[in-house]
Amino acid sequence: MTWAFVVIAIAKTIAAFVLLLGVTILLVWFERKVIADMQARIGPNRWGPFGLLQTLADGIKLFFKEGLRPRPADPWTFAIAPVAAMVPSLLAFAVVPFGHEVTIAGHRIFWTLTDLNIGILYFLAMGSLGVYGIVLAGWASGSKYPLLGGVRSSAQMISYEIALGLSIVPVIIASGSLSTVSIVAQQGGSIANVNAFNGIPVLETIAHWFRFLPNWYIWSQWPAFILFMIAGVAETNRAPFDLPEAESELIAGYHTEYSGIRFALFFLGEYVHMVVISAIGVTLWFGGWHGPVFWHGWGDWLWPFVWFMVKVTIFLYTFVWLRATLPRLRYDRLMWLGWKRLLPAALTWIVVTAVVNTPDIPRYYRFGVFGILFLMVIAWIGRGDPRLREAVVPQRHLGPRPITTSRGLDS
Amino acid sequence: MAGGVVQFVFAVTFVMALGCSIAMLFAPNAVHVALFLVGAQIALAVAFLLEGAQFDAIMQIIVYAGAIMVLFLFVIMLLGVDRREALVEPLRFQRSLAAGLGLLLAAALVYVGYRSVNLVVGGAGSGAIEAINRSPGNTQGIARVLFGTYELPFEATSVLLVVAIVGVMVLARRISGAQAREAARAEQEAAGREEEAA
Amino acid sequence: MAIPELAKGFRMVLRHVFRRKETVAYPEVRRQPFPRFKGRHVLDRHPDGLEKCIGCELCAGVCPADAIYVVGAANTPEHRFSPGERYAQIYQINYLRCIFCGLCVEACPTEALLMSTEYEISGDSRASLIYTKDQLIVDAPIRRHWPTRKELPPDFNITGGGLSFTEVERPPVPIPLPTEGVSGPFEGGWSGERDTASAFSDRGPRRED
Repeated sequence: MTWAFVVIAIAKTIAAFVLLLGVTILLVWFERKVIADMQARIGPNRWGPFGLLQTLADGIKLFFKEGLRPRPADPWTFAIAPVAAMVPSLLAFAVVPFGHEVTIAGHRIFWTLTDLNIGILYFLAMGSLGVYGIVLAGWASGSKYPLLGGVRSSAQMISYEIALGLSIVPVIIASGSLSTVSIVAQQGGSIANVNAFNGIPVLETIAHWFRFLPNWYIWSQWPAFILFMIAGVAETNRAPFDLPEAESELIAGYHTEYSGIRFALFFLGEYVHMVVISAIGVTLWFGGWHGPVFWHGWGDWLWPFVWFMVKVTIFLYTFVWLRATLPRLRYDRLMWLGWKRLLPAALTWIVVTAVVNTPDIPRYYRFGVFGILFLMVIAWIGRGDPRLREAVVPQRHLGPRPITTSRGLDS
Repeated sequence: MAGGVVQFVFAVTFVMALGCSIAMLFAPNAVHVALFLVGAQIALAVAFLLEGAQFDAIMQIIVYAGAIMVLFLFVIMLLGVDRREALVEPLRFQRSLAAGLGLLLAAALVYVGYRSVNLVVGGAGSGAIEAINRSPGNTQGIARVLFGTYELPFEATSVLLVVAIVGVMVLARRISGAQAREAARAEQEAAGREEEAA
Repeated sequence: MAIPELAKGFRMVLRHVFRRKETVAYPEVRRQPFPRFKGRHVLDRHPDGLEKCIGCELCAGVCPADAIYVVGAANTPEHRFSPGERYAQIYQINYLRCIFCGLCVEACPTEALLMSTEYEISGDSRASLIYTKDQLIVDAPIRRHWPTRKELPPDFNITGGGLSFTEVERPPVPIPLPTEGVSGPFEGGWSGERDTASAFSDRGPRRED
C-alpha cells in the first residue's frame, strides 16, 4: 500500500510537471499565432507543422547562448533570481484539479497533485513568493533599468495580490471551503440544483428556463471573476500591466541583463504563471473539469481532463486578446486602479456575498441587500470622474475614436 | 516509515532555519540579509506544516515571506544598499543597554524552550494543535479560536494597527499648497533680514 | 462609462482575426514592387550602345549619404564610351550608405542613372556591397516601364495626392538580363534615341552634334 502510494505520488508529480511544461511550451507558440491573427499576420510557420516546433527551436537556441553577467551584478542573487521566478509558479499548480479520477489496478487516483484543505491559500502563498524572482533580478543586475523594473514590480505585485486574494474570498464564502477539489465538486450538475429561488413565483420559472446551464460559480460570482481576471493579469506582469518589463520605457525591465538559459527561465516562468492563473480561474468560476457528458461509460476518465484543457485554452486566448487590445497603463493609473477601484469593489462584493450566503437571514432581506448593494457597486464603478467629464471638449474625430480604458485623474 | 520521513524533513528545516538565521547575522549586504530572513521564514513555514498547523504555515509565507519581506526589499532598493553604516553610536548607552536587553531576551528564550521541552516530554502541551485540527479542520478551528475565544484581543490588535496607520499618515502627509506658500514666504523674509543685517 | 468603448476595442481586435493576412511568405513568394519602386540603381545606355553617363559627378554631388563615387575621364576617338566629351571611368555606389532617396536620379542630366525595382541587396562583406560600374551598367538600353508625365492621361491630377500606381495599365517590364547586346565603343548612328531616353521631355540628353 505505502509503496503504491509513493509510486502514484511520484508519477502524478511527473505527469503534472510534464503537462504544465508542455502546455507552457505550446502556449508560447499559441500566443504568437493568436496575436499574429489579431494583427493580420501569419506568425511562426517555419518549424514543424504550423510552426509548432518554433518554441523548441527558440529554447534550444537560448540554451546554447552565452549567459552574460554584468560586472556590477551580485553573482549569487543574479543566479538565484530566474529560479525564484519560475519555481513558485510551478509549485502553485500542485493544488489544481485538472481532471476527475482514474482507477488503475484498483487504486483510485485523483487528477490532483494534492488536495490541501488550504489549497486556495497555498496558491496565494506561491503567488506572493513569485515577486522575489523579479525583484531580485532587478536588484541583482546592478543596472538602472532592471532596478526600476524590480521596484515597479514589487509595488505592483503587492498591490494586486491583495485584490487577487480578496476577489477569491467571495467564492470561498459561497462554497464554504478552501480546498480546490471540493470547490470543483460543488460546481457539478445543472443550475437546476440551486434552490435559491424556490417558492418565488416568477423567479422560479425563470430559473427553470435556465436549467440547461451548468452550476458554475460564474453565474453568481461574475463580479469577483472580473476582479480576479484584472488582478490575475497584473500578477503575471502581462499587458496591459507589463510595467516591470515595459519595452518602450525600461528596455526589458527586470530581465534586461539576462541572456541565455536564465532569460529562458524568466520567459517560461511568465507563461507558467499564465497557465496557473487560468487554471485557478477555471477551477473557481468555471467548474474545473466539469463539462457536458456525451457518452456514459466511455472515456469517463478522459473527458474531465479534456474539458479542463478546453476551458484553460479559452482563458489563455483571453490573455492574448487583452495583450493585443489594451495599451500599457501609466504607473499612477495602475496604482489608482488597484487601490481605489479593485480593492473597494472586492471588499464590497465580499460583504454582499457574505450577506447573501448567510442562511440565518430571511431570504427576502438577503435579496434586498443584494439588489441594493449590487446597484451601488455598478453605479460606483461606472460613474467615472466628474472632473474629467467636464474637461472633455466634444469634438469631431476624423479617424477612429481613441479607446478610453479608464477615466479620471489621480486623486 | 512516515515518522522517519517527518523527522528527516524536520531536521532539514531545522538546519535551514538555523543556517539562514546565522548567515543573516553575518551577511554584509542588506539585500542578502533580507534573503536569508526569507529563507528562515520559509523553513519555519515548513516546520509549521509538519506540526499540522497548515493555516499558520501558509500565513507565514503569505504575510511574512510574501508581503513584509518584499516591502523590506523595496525599501532597501529605494534607499540604496551601497551606503556605509555609521559605526559611531549617537546614543552613548546604546551598546551596553542592547547587550543587557539581549541577555534578558536570551534568558527568556531559554526559559520558554526549557518549559516547552518539559511540556512535550510530559505530554501536556502537545494536544493544542490536535484539538484545533480535530473537526472540521485546521482553518475552521483557528477561525473559531480567533473570532470566538480571543475575539477581543484580536479586534484590539486591529484597532492598534489602524491607529498606527493613521499616525503614519498624519506624520507623512504633505503640506497643503497654502501652508507651503506661507512657509516659503517666512523663509524668504528670514533670509532677507539676514542679508540686511549683513 | 468606459465599458462600451472597451467592448468596441476588443471587438475590433477580434475582427482582425478573420481578416486576410498581410504577410508574404518572402523567400517563396515575392511581391512585385510598384513600377517606380526605388531599388538598386542601373546605368542606362543609348540605343546605339553608348553609355549615357557622361561622368559629370552631379549624382555624387547631390547624394546626401555620400554613397556615390565617380571619376570621369575624356573620351578619345579610339575609345569612345559616351556621346559627350567625358565618360565615367570609375562609377561606384556603396549600398551600405545609400538611403535610396533617388536624388541622384533626379540630378542626372542625361538620365543615365535610373533605379530598378530590385530590392534584394545583401552581402557578406563590405566590399561586395560597393557596386562597381560593370555591375551597375546594363548591356542593352532599358525601356522605361512607368508612365512619364507625358504619358499620363491629361486630366490626371499629380499634385492632388492622387498619384496612384493603380492607374498604370501597362504591366511592369522587367529589366532585361545581360545578353550579348551591344557594348563597348561607339559603332553606329544615334537614331531613335529620344523614343526611350527622354522621360522628362524638357531635360533630354545633351548631345554633341
